[in-house]
Amino acid sequence: MARELLKGNIAMAEASIRAGVEAYFGYPITPQTELLEWMSLRMPELGRAFLQAESEVAAINMVYGAACTGKRVMSSSSSPGVSLMMEGLSYIAGTEVPVVLIDVVRGGPGLGNIAPSQGDYNQIVHGGGHGDYHAIVLAPASVQEAIDLTVLAFDLAEKYRAICIVLADGNVGQMMEPAELPPMLPLDRPVPDWAVQGAQGRERRILSSIYLKPEDEEVTNIRLLERWQTIEANEVRFKEYYLEDAEIAVIGFGSAGRVAYSAVRAARAEGIRVGLLRPITVSPFPSARIAELASQVRAFLVAEMNTGQMLADVQLAVSGRAPVEFYGRLGGVVPFPDEILTEIQRIAYRPMTMNGDPRRSWLKRLKSQME
Amino acid sequence: MQTEIILAGFGGQGILFAGQLLAYAAMDAGREVTWIPSYGPEMRGGTANCTVIISEEEIGAPTVRNPKAALVFNLPSFDKYEPLVLPGGVLIANASLINRSFQRSDLTTVMLPANEIAEALGDKRMTNMVMLGALLQKLPVLSFAAVEKTLQDHLPSRHKHLLAMNFEALKRGAEFAERGVQTTIPNEQVTFNE
Amino acid sequence: MVTTIPYQIVYSRPESFSEVSTHYCPGCTHGIAHRLIAEVLDEMGLREKTIGVAPVGCSVFAYNYFNCDFVEAAHGRAPAMATGIKRVLPDRTVFTYQGDGDLASIGMAEIMHAAARGENITVVFINNAIYGMTGGQMAPTSLPGQKTTSSPRGRDVETTGFPVRMAEILSKLDGVGYSVRRSLHDPKNIRLSKKAIRMAFEVQSRGLGFAIVELLSTCPTNWGMTPKEALHWVEDRMIPVFPLGDYKITSSVAGIRV
Repeated sequence: MARELLKGNIAMAEASIRAGVEAYFGYPITPQTELLEWMSLRMPELGRAFLQAESEVAAINMVYGAACTGKRVMSSSSSPGVSLMMEGLSYIAGTEVPVVLIDVVRGGPGLGNIAPSQGDYNQIVHGGGHGDYHAIVLAPASVQEAIDLTVLAFDLAEKYRAICIVLADGNVGQMMEPAELPPMLPLDRPVPDWAVQGAQGRERRILSSIYLKPEDEEVTNIRLLERWQTIEANEVRFKEYYLEDAEIAVIGFGSAGRVAYSAVRAARAEGIRVGLLRPITVSPFPSARIAELASQVRAFLVAEMNTGQMLADVQLAVSGRAPVEFYGRLGGVVPFPDEILTEIQRIAYRPMTMNGDPRRSWLKRLKSQME
Repeated sequence: MQTEIILAGFGGQGILFAGQLLAYAAMDAGREVTWIPSYGPEMRGGTANCTVIISEEEIGAPTVRNPKAALVFNLPSFDKYEPLVLPGGVLIANASLINRSFQRSDLTTVMLPANEIAEALGDKRMTNMVMLGALLQKLPVLSFAAVEKTLQDHLPSRHKHLLAMNFEALKRGAEFAERGVQTTIPNEQVTFNE
Repeated sequence: MVTTIPYQIVYSRPESFSEVSTHYCPGCTHGIAHRLIAEVLDEMGLREKTIGVAPVGCSVFAYNYFNCDFVEAAHGRAPAMATGIKRVLPDRTVFTYQGDGDLASIGMAEIMHAAARGENITVVFINNAIYGMTGGQMAPTSLPGQKTTSSPRGRDVETTGFPVRMAEILSKLDGVGYSVRRSLHDPKNIRLSKKAIRMAFEVQSRGLGFAIVELLSTCPTNWGMTPKEALHWVEDRMIPVFPLGDYKITSSVAGIRV
């Protein structure tokens, strides 16, 4: 198929349709509303279910119900809306039904603003809803990746009976780029052997997240953990740029990773041996690859559009074997490449120490730059 | 190498569409391209701007601090982007809504009364095409033929009857830029000999 | 000589009922409501095409007692979950079973909007004027002056407001085809309740919109009464606040004969 100029939100919506989503439930919220609008147009004309729910709370519970039937189902939202969905996500995790959610993250906390942000990393990657569960989290940096990862999200969710979240941000959602959509998949998947569709000619089935006996819940938690370990073993994905001979490794996901790519290229042009690792799965996190890099590079630089949420995961992987520096912009501000280039130059030309919390020194630099 | 172009002005001046037209034309020409709007609440009737990056290779950040070119449709945008354009870059300014002259001398500049040129053509909505024509004349990132072809392919069908006028607007913007006329006088009436 | 006495089965376990004992307290009317639903599913031949949605509350384990496919919702969200199921499987029968805390408090938004959309589902609403599972706290349907563990001096309407009359409220929404209130306090009213439940499933099978049956029910344990006293309390105290009746029967529903 030919490349088309597509807006991220619409590309993710159409990619979901091509991937065979049979029901969409959502609620309008900037900066993801075009996704819902596209679904409102396309789903009914294909004879598939679309419903604008009364709230994100209702939307995720509609998704929960529809997912119990074994159909491919999804929702999409942005940060405050996703907060409201956390209850439902926990129930979905506990019931072990596959669901795809797209979170087009905006600035927060609270009402915040509608600018691109990565402030939901901890909420999405490290939990959010109550109880012991993990979601698979994919972080696109371009419209094409948003398409490809949305399609992948449905496959992974189904394969592992898990929640798969596409963690985008306002930039990915609002940007237009040439991209290629996949062909339309036929809706001929067999009904899974756990789905409830009516007990016709078989024993009735119950889908629930209740395990009243702690021993049963423990067995469930072990099952979920073992499944997660399989996911960790098989599904880690990342993209590398210029890392072969790198002395400095920049790590950034999504839009921040993309800005870092510009900075790394500019630094390479100056002769600085720097490379970029851009996690595609931020959960499971590419810890093993980062651990490997810790014995190759002189220092790491983590670039995020938050106060250093992924930073903690990088530090855990590096385990003190190399200095980890941090640069972030906050509250919906997207860094320009020159800001990250300055950081790379600083690390390249000045001695590094491993003393102290990198966030403290970063905040000092950021504040002096803001003055 | 990549070329970054910022288009900025008020909402309703056709800025986002002009940017998209560049993006479509770049894609049709087989280049890499990104188009990103500033999509804040200000998009409703307030400031509108978008950044278009055209490149031969994979594009990193879709926004830059210092663009190669800026197309500014009003005074606030002029004030904001004149200092930011890269040295040696291109700055196209809409004299119709700007009442001061350029402060920088290290840029290729065009100050043209785009509103009046568009009105002379019979439709104020052509302002964006007049501006774009001037840009393409000074920044040879895409050919006129490519942009015209793209316009033909992507102009919404309800506006198809305006295609010829769009072409003419591009041409007049380019002609103005080519003649090197720079004016600081707002509301200058410009007439063209057909 | 062997003589055969002719006999006729007049009472047995409905096929839609599982062969397990319920966990409900002695004298609680949840069991009656369950049985009525199971009988209706049997009579209409719906068991194999029905998906039930259980709530959070005393009836959280309702799914154990029905011999049909079931899902368990988050507190108050059963109408949203039922919506999700019905929208992808429109030819199946989908019902929710919800208590007053679930439906009229935390799940008020979900029930109102499911009704407003005319979601073609059946809702059986158990109103016993109290939170049962958590141990007898005040419900949105608690009566003025009613003593509960969270209104120990009696429900003060000045600070906690008034009982919520769901059958009446929902009747005002255009998406609703059927909204009635019945009671489970004596055999006559139990028969009327069953008829209403049958109607509510008939409404769904004919695609005539949202259908709800509110059933006044007992909670002897948390009311601090004997089962018999509790039945009288429904009749004497609850019915005056929650009058039994048909609050909405659209003309197309009125034509249904069962």
